[in-house]
Amino acid sequence: MDKRTRRELLKLAGAGAAWSIMVTLIPKTSHAQRVHQIEKRLDTPDWMDHYWAYVIDTTKCIGCGNCVRADKRENKVAEHFFRTWVERYQLTDREHVYVDSPNGGHDGFHKSTVEGKVVKAFFVPKMCNHCRNTPCTQVCPVHASYQSPEGVILVDKKRCIGCAYCVQACPYGSRFIDPVSHTADKCTWCYHRITKGLLPACVTVCPTGARRFGDLKGEDSQIKKIIEEERVAVLKPELNTEPFCFYIGLDKVVR
Amino acid sequence: MTYSEYSFPNDLHIFWSLMIVTYPYITGLIAGAFVASALSHVFGRKELAPVNRLALLVSLSFMVCATLPLLNHLGHPERALNIMITPNFRSAIAGFGYIYSFYLTVLLLEIWLTWRPEIVESYHKSSGMARLFWGSLALGVYEISGEARKLDERLIFGLAVIGLPAACTLHGYVGFLFGSLKSNPWWSTPLMPQVFLLSAVISGMGFLIIVYLGLCWNGYMKWSFPCVRSLTFFLWLFLVLYVVSEGLELLFFFYESSDAWYAISQLILTRIWVSFVVLQIGIGVLIPMILLTVLMLVHVKESTYYIVSFISSVVILFEVWLMRWNIVIGGQQFSKSYVGFRDYDPLWLEKEGILPAMALTLLPVLILFILTRLLSVHEPETHATHATHPAAEGED
Repeated sequence: MDKRTRRELLKLAGAGAAWSIMVTLIPKTSHAQRVHQIEKRLDTPDWMDHYWAYVIDTTKCIGCGNCVRADKRENKVAEHFFRTWVERYQLTDREHVYVDSPNGGHDGFHKSTVEGKVVKAFFVPKMCNHCRNTPCTQVCPVHASYQSPEGVILVDKKRCIGCAYCVQACPYGSRFIDPVSHTADKCTWCYHRITKGLLPACVTVCPTGARRFGDLKGEDSQIKKIIEEERVAVLKPELNTEPFCFYIGLDKVVR
Repeated sequence: MTYSEYSFPNDLHIFWSLMIVTYPYITGLIAGAFVASALSHVFGRKELAPVNRLALLVSLSFMVCATLPLLNHLGHPERALNIMITPNFRSAIAGFGYIYSFYLTVLLLEIWLTWRPEIVESYHKSSGMARLFWGSLALGVYEISGEARKLDERLIFGLAVIGLPAACTLHGYVGFLFGSLKSNPWWSTPLMPQVFLLSAVISGMGFLIIVYLGLCWNGYMKWSFPCVRSLTFFLWLFLVLYVVSEGLELLFFFYESSDAWYAISQLILTRIWVSFVVLQIGIGVLIPMILLTVLMLVHVKESTYYIVSFISSVVILFEVWLMRWNIVIGGQQFSKSYVGFRDYDPLWLEKEGILPAMALTLLPVLILFILTRLLSVHEPETHATHATHPAAEGED
């Protein structure tokens, strides 16, 4: 100790002071607290506090196909199959309805070539309707298709046996058998995104706001306001499937 | 308002293939053969005793193969048992495993009790591996005294009573699988289980007539005209009921003219015109209907009777297969948009293609051939002369 110079003594004192400051400043948090902080940052929902719904404003859709492309990218949807698609309806003065959806609207739409004068034309985006009284989960023999507490219809690909009964039961043509996994596949409203507080991919890329998604239980919920205050419709209401995908401006000719 | 042809993009694919055509065809044959067997056991139709054992073996041969088309169809057959382990009881398919297992158990028990004397006799006569084989089939029960056989016959009667509704449920349920789907107007009708059940009965009876006559012509079984006449009568009766049910179903579609009628009418007039109108109705229904009605009305020679009955049965088997095709494939040939259509051209060698379907349909016939060599299809004299019906026993 005697051999230490004054410089060495100062160095030692400085290091001790720095250590004391570090120990004081770093918060003493438990693992559970840290996990909670991460969850809070990612907005992981409390399952019972949400009930998701989707609104499609057909009067705003321009058929650009952004949503279809975004969905394909986000969910790696197999070629020739669609979790979402866009249909074009053209009504002529000859009381004829031309419907098309080339490649699901993925590449947009070519100029109309219908015969006669088009008196009304519009686009209708389609997807899984996430029905409350859903026939697809009803028929699944092994509970692989199920409804999450927030109203999202999902498929457990590790449980699905690939019988395709749900594909047959869906009245909207929203389901298919994924040629890669050999299990049922469908739109999940980008469940992996919405559970992190993000919007479904198709909603984020819609340039006109035709696709809207939100929480019916949320305070100041725009979706809730639209459904409660505006005139909305659902596809095939006669089947009593209770879809939670609502449409604004849905024409009677839409299939 | 008219529409251009349009299918939903995911509706361009046929997800239920030839395997799902084969599956109800096989289960139908099971149910039909068992009904024929029950007519003898339960309803005391003594004249059907010669085909009693054959009917049980036909049921078993097809029963052991009934799940194969389904397994071949599944995307994940290794998870098939989940249907029974973690079933969703709201699903119609979930019931299959239980109904199938129950019926198979009843059928195996009935077969075991029916052939028990021969099994025990073979056990005593044989040695070595054969003795071990027959001993394992005897399940350690070697008592075949008159009293034991009486008890067996009572049990057989009880099992036939239970088996009849089980067999009908098995196939009525297959009709329910389709009829309960409100997404598809071609399937969604309460008449579907009835149509499936009646078609099952005629296919099973038709198959039984073909096999029985074939074995008689081959000299393997004894001719019994009352037996063939009775089988042919029931074939005609159930054919009439079936045709009326299917006709009523079509009439409802037409008369209601709902939103889906356009799709159904276009389906019939275009996509399944040949398979449904020309082949199924024009040939499959009309020919046996005319032939069997003539047999019911006109007295013909026995040999002529056999030939006409045989031909009618062959055509009926063809008709029932077409009915399965037109329901299963036809129902998928129009989109759920109701204004779009698609074709289905199965390949010969694909997983669910024509050759696998043919193999799975013919496999039960091969199994039946082996079973008839293993277990005698001849009704023992004591059984043939005395009714197994307990009520009939009382009358004696």
